[in-house]
Amino acid sequence: MRNRIAGRLDRIPPSGIRKFFDLVSSMGGVISLGVGEPDFPTPWHITEAAIHSLEQGYTMYTSNSGMIELRREIASYLKTTYDLDYDPNTELLITNGVSEGLDLAVRAILDPGDEVIMPDPAYVSYPSCVLFADGVPVRVPTSCDNQFKLAAADVEARITSRTKAILIGYPANPTGAVMEIGDLADIADVARHHNLMVISDEIYNLLVYDTEPVCFASLPGVKDRTILLAGFSKAYAMTGWRIGYAAASADLIAAMTKIHQYTALCAPIMGQVAAIEAIKAGEPEARRMTQEYDRRRRVMVKGLNDIGLTCFEPKGAFYAFPSITSTGMSSEEFAETLLTEEKVAVVPGTAFGQCGEGHVRCCYATSLSNIEEALTRMARFVKKYRRS
Amino acid sequence: MRQIFDILANDARVTPEQVAAMTGLSEAEVRSTIEEAEKDRTIVKYKTIINWEKLGNEPVMALIEIRLQPQRDVGFDAAAARIYRYPQVRFAYLVSGTYDLAVLVEGKSLHEVGAFVSEKLAPLEGVQGTATHFLLKRYKEDGEVLEGGEEDKRLPLTM
Repeated sequence: MRNRIAGRLDRIPPSGIRKFFDLVSSMGGVISLGVGEPDFPTPWHITEAAIHSLEQGYTMYTSNSGMIELRREIASYLKTTYDLDYDPNTELLITNGVSEGLDLAVRAILDPGDEVIMPDPAYVSYPSCVLFADGVPVRVPTSCDNQFKLAAADVEARITSRTKAILIGYPANPTGAVMEIGDLADIADVARHHNLMVISDEIYNLLVYDTEPVCFASLPGVKDRTILLAGFSKAYAMTGWRIGYAAASADLIAAMTKIHQYTALCAPIMGQVAAIEAIKAGEPEARRMTQEYDRRRRVMVKGLNDIGLTCFEPKGAFYAFPSITSTGMSSEEFAETLLTEEKVAVVPGTAFGQCGEGHVRCCYATSLSNIEEALTRMARFVKKYRRS
Repeated sequence: MRQIFDILANDARVTPEQVAAMTGLSEAEVRSTIEEAEKDRTIVKYKTIINWEKLGNEPVMALIEIRLQPQRDVGFDAAAARIYRYPQVRFAYLVSGTYDLAVLVEGKSLHEVGAFVSEKLAPLEGVQGTATHFLLKRYKEDGEVLEGGEEDKRLPLTM
C-alpha cells in the first residue's frame, strides 16, 4: 500500500506547542500566559441574542455568503469606520473565523509554486495555509530593533517573478506589533508597484492602545488588490462562535465563495446572529475590555522590563514578546524550564518562525493577580539563570 | 484621573503603585489624587463584598418601599435623613414612581426587621405608608455574581 497520509503534509511542520500543551495539561497550579484568546466571556447581550434565536428555531443553514443582515451591518461598519465601500451582496463573505478566511484567500489566488511574502515571526497559520495551497511562503525577518514591523524594503528585496501576494497581520500575534499608517503605506506602494495582492488579517484591529486602528484596504489605490480578513473573536470575546469575514472585490469573493460553499457551506447561524448583535450594540463592552487589556498591558510590559526581560512596547493585540536572551537559553528551553520550575506557561517565539528565537509570547488576557504572580515567579527564574 | 476611580471601584486593594503601572500615571500623582478623594469623601469608604450565606449566618434583609410626605423647603431630605440614620438601614435611595424612598433594612431575624419597620419606620412623622419585601435570595451584589464564580474555561495553550 502507498503511504496513507498525503505527501503534501510532510512539508508542514507539526505545531510548535503540542508538547507544551500536553505538559501544561498534566500539571496543576499553572499560570498560563500561553492562551490566544480573551479571558472575558462573550458579553451577555450577545450570548442572550443567540439563545433567543435558538429558541425561535434559527438552527438551520444560512446562505453560503452568510446572513445578508450581517453582511449589511459589516458593510455599514466598514463605511462608517474606514470610509470603505463594499457591496454586501458581492463583496463580503462570512467565514468560520479568520482562520477559514485565510485558507480561502490563499487557495483562491495561489497556483502551485506561487510565492507569498510574510513576516517572521507571524501567526502560525500563515505559512501552513500557504503550503496547503501548494504555495511557497517567503519569510521576511523582523526584529524588536524595529518593533517587529515589516519593512517595505525587505519585502521588495524578496520579490521574484513568482511572487503573488504579501500576507500581513497587524496588530500582530505573537509580537503585539502594530504598523502605523505610514508603515502600511510603504507596503501599499510596494504592492502597487509590483502588482501584488495583499491579504491583510485584521482580527486584532480594534485592540490597539495609544494609536488608531488602520485598515490596509483604506489606503489609497490598494482596495482592489486587497483581501481584508477580520472578525469578531478578539474584540468581542467571541472566539468559540467562529465568525469572521472577508471583504474584497467581487471576483475574489466569488472565487473564495466557490471553495467555501463546497468545504464549509456556511458559518454557524447562531454565531452569525450573535455577530449581528455584537456589531450593532457591542461597542461599549468591546471598549471596556480593550481598556482593561490596556491596563494589564502596562503592568505586564513594565514588569517584564523590570525583571530583566526586555520588552518593546506592544501597541496592539494582547501579547507581549519579551527577549529572553539574558538567560542564555533558547526560547524552547526557556519555556520548558519556566514551566517545569515555576509553573508559568508561555509560548516559545520559535513557534511563530525562526526570527522568534530569543523571545517568548506572554498573553496578558488574564487577571491582574495572575499577571503579577506570573511576574513574581518569572523574576525568581530569571534571577537564577541570568547571565550578567 | 477617572481611571484611578474606575480601578479602585472594581478592586479596592489595588495599590497606588499598581494603579500607576496600569494607567501610566506617576505613583505620586495617583497617591495625591487618592488622598484628596479620601479627604473630600469622593472615596467614601473601602469595603468588602461577602457572601454571608457561606458563613451560615446570613442576615435577614428586607426592601422597604416608603411613601413620604414632602415638606416645605426641604422636600424629602429631612424625612429621609431621619430614616437613613438608623444603622439597620443599609441602602437608602430616593426614587421616582409609586413610592418615594427605597431602603434596604438588615436584621438578625424576621422578627427584628418586622419590629424595626412597624415600630421605628412606619410611625415616623412624614411616613405615609410602607411595603416590606423580605429578600429570599441574593444573586448579585454590587455588580458581582455571588454563586459559582467564573473559573477559566479556556484551553491552557492556544495559538
